[in-house]
Amino acid sequence: MGSNSISKMAARHLRILSGCNGALLSVRFFSDSTLAQEPIASTAIDSASVSPSINTAENHSQLNNNKKHSAPSSLKHAELAKFSAIADTWWDSEGPYKPLHALNPTRLAFIRSTLCRHFRKDPYSARPFEGLNIVDVGCGGGILSEPLARMGATVTGIDAVEKNIKIARLHADLDPETSTIEYCCTTAEKLVEEQRKFDAVIASEVIEHVADPAEFCKSLSALTVSEGATVISTINRSMRAYATAIIAAEHILHWLPKGTHQWSSFLTPEELVLILQRASIDVKEMAGFVYNPLTGRWSLSDDISVNFIAFGTKNS
Amino acid sequence: MNRIIVGRLSVNVSGLRVLQRSFCSSVAEKESEVKQSFTNNDDQYDVAVVGGGMVGMALACSLASMPLTKHLSVAIIDSNPALGKSNFIKKEDPPDPRVSTVTPATISFFKEIGAWQYVQQHRHAYFDKMQVWDYTGLGYTKYNARDVNKEILGCVVENKVLHSSLLSCMQNTEFRKTIYPSRLTSMALLPSSSSISVDSTPSATTLFTKGHLAKLDLSDGKSLYAKLVVGADGGKSRVRELAGFKTTGWSYSQNAIICTVEHNKENYCAWQRFLPAGPIALLPIGDNFSNIVWTMNPKDASDCKSMNEDDFVKILNHALDYGYGPHPKSISSGSVDMFSWFRGDATLSAKECFEVPPRVVKLASERMVFPLSLKHANNYVSKRVVLIGDAAHTVHPLAGQGVNLGFGDASTLSRIIAEGIAVGADIGEVSLLKKYEAERKPANIVMMAVLDGFQKAYSVDFGPLNILRAAAFHGAQYISPLKRNIISYASGEQRLPLPLPLFT
Repeated sequence: MGSNSISKMAARHLRILSGCNGALLSVRFFSDSTLAQEPIASTAIDSASVSPSINTAENHSQLNNNKKHSAPSSLKHAELAKFSAIADTWWDSEGPYKPLHALNPTRLAFIRSTLCRHFRKDPYSARPFEGLNIVDVGCGGGILSEPLARMGATVTGIDAVEKNIKIARLHADLDPETSTIEYCCTTAEKLVEEQRKFDAVIASEVIEHVADPAEFCKSLSALTVSEGATVISTINRSMRAYATAIIAAEHILHWLPKGTHQWSSFLTPEELVLILQRASIDVKEMAGFVYNPLTGRWSLSDDISVNFIAFGTKNS
Repeated sequence: MNRIIVGRLSVNVSGLRVLQRSFCSSVAEKESEVKQSFTNNDDQYDVAVVGGGMVGMALACSLASMPLTKHLSVAIIDSNPALGKSNFIKKEDPPDPRVSTVTPATISFFKEIGAWQYVQQHRHAYFDKMQVWDYTGLGYTKYNARDVNKEILGCVVENKVLHSSLLSCMQNTEFRKTIYPSRLTSMALLPSSSSISVDSTPSATTLFTKGHLAKLDLSDGKSLYAKLVVGADGGKSRVRELAGFKTTGWSYSQNAIICTVEHNKENYCAWQRFLPAGPIALLPIGDNFSNIVWTMNPKDASDCKSMNEDDFVKILNHALDYGYGPHPKSISSGSVDMFSWFRGDATLSAKECFEVPPRVVKLASERMVFPLSLKHANNYVSKRVVLIGDAAHTVHPLAGQGVNLGFGDASTLSRIIAEGIAVGADIGEVSLLKKYEAERKPANIVMMAVLDGFQKAYSVDFGPLNILRAAAFHGAQYISPLKRNIISYASGEQRLPLPLPLFT
């Protein structure tokens, strides 16, 4: 890590901690379990977060308008072009987005369980989200939006990359159950300006690519109705995540292009809880995703040392 | 019309918009077989089960019994007229020779889906003892359910009883099922809509004209559409053929002759004797009746079928008793034997002596003959298609496992479908169906290998091999942990024969 990234990380920490009032965290944290994880096991985790990260590159640049940023417009176009080229592969479950497809059922299981409990929906119903408005921020090709629609929700998917929205629209139209999804090429901030409100706001594998996570969380909170739900999943800023997501995934195995992730941009669970708290969201539950390289399957666990997902509710 | 359509159609999109839930198939200009008409909801199903036999109905029943799947609409395609009528099995009927031995795992499955209560209303026979030996007279093994602290080793039930119980179970629910009394002729994957006008590159559009529904054409001219096609149509599966799944297998040069026989007294034990040409099994059905499954070479089988009843009864008793070789000697518990240090936690049946099976008094049904083979589909799933039961695997009947594997498939598949619906997945997605395959295929393959191994080991009359087999009998009889393992595996309680670490 160069001095540049260290100073960036320090600046980020200052922004986060300056707002801290020393309030005690009321969230129960799962202890970091000592399950031995293969570095390779966690590597796949990160390639899952790459893809949605790509479509928030646009988000990143727009949020950065008034702040110093390391992404001049030329780089932005290059990045977008690179990801546009593989945008066709969103729905190829054996293609570059394969880890994300593998992760999908696991994150949906968490979302289903927490939202059903919060909104007091029948967990045995096939369409438990009937009547709920959900927004999928950074939806990419719609991998998360479509199952949510099948579960009965009224889904809006937003993404900053135009091509992703097109792909998502095309694919959703193939199934009558998902053709009702509303896709927009926009950002969370613009939706806030339009004064849209949703029962549940989900930003999965997005926040690690946003320049100002605190502002992003404020936008997510503004989109949530009072007593609504906010779900965020991201990667932990831990040594293990550095070893797997940056070194193994990008430099050794070349599963991801170098520079896809900035370890300094990852958030620890404590930081995420803090900034959500300042955005009037109380984190109620948290879980981790672990990858078993032998079966190629993800599962929910208490281990939040690499990938984790948080569920919070908005204070009234 | 018997043209076979296999695989995906690449379709030229023509910019029609999808209206509500109906879809227009006129985009498929290339395929002349496809009818150009709007289909309404009536022909569109979530699951189409091709084959309404025991395993297909078990799947439908299982879907009907779970809260997450009971809303699914299911079409059952089977030309058997018995499906449409309410079945009434007369109690005075003699037992049908077509019976199955259901393992305790299958009984649990039936209880879960609510079908076992109907089985109990008809003839069924639990058995808690089993004796296995061969013609050389060098060894025998007795199994008892109490070796593993259970009440029963299995239950023998006529196939028609199992089938009608499943039907009755399904009729008592609000499950949306429709029975199509015809046969499947062809199948295709068809896109359910065309893309709307979007200025995307051609590569993107072709990528998305993947099938959302599969289309099934039936022999009576009707067609229907389904998100998932389940092939439960038996060993000569049409679905397997149409979907292009390759199979591996070989035919055993053996036929099995089956019939019902009667005794003078009740029988609660299952008997199996391995003869040079193949095993003969005597299974209790209840009310002094038993079922015979006798495997032999095809010529002898046709002779046995055509000979008169008295002669057949004579050779049956001969085969079960002194024919082909002597009785094995029982080792009394008093004598010193090399297995005493294995004893420890000895099983009850280790002390039991060899018994001669009950005499057959008369024949109680016609004799049926069918050929035996082993067949296994190399893949169980592809997009929107999945195989269960004999369509996926056919095994030798020597251990009574065949239909139990099929019920295991049905149970796993319905659970996987429920898990998929819980997370909003499309039930025809390959990634979801692969979970079913990953669970069932290894277990089925191992069972098939074990059974095939037995079949081969017992069909050779060769001195050293006979001694080995005798040692195997003794081992299974006296080494208690091994016996318990065998019983658990055969009962379906244990997935693999050895306690290997499983990859979960």
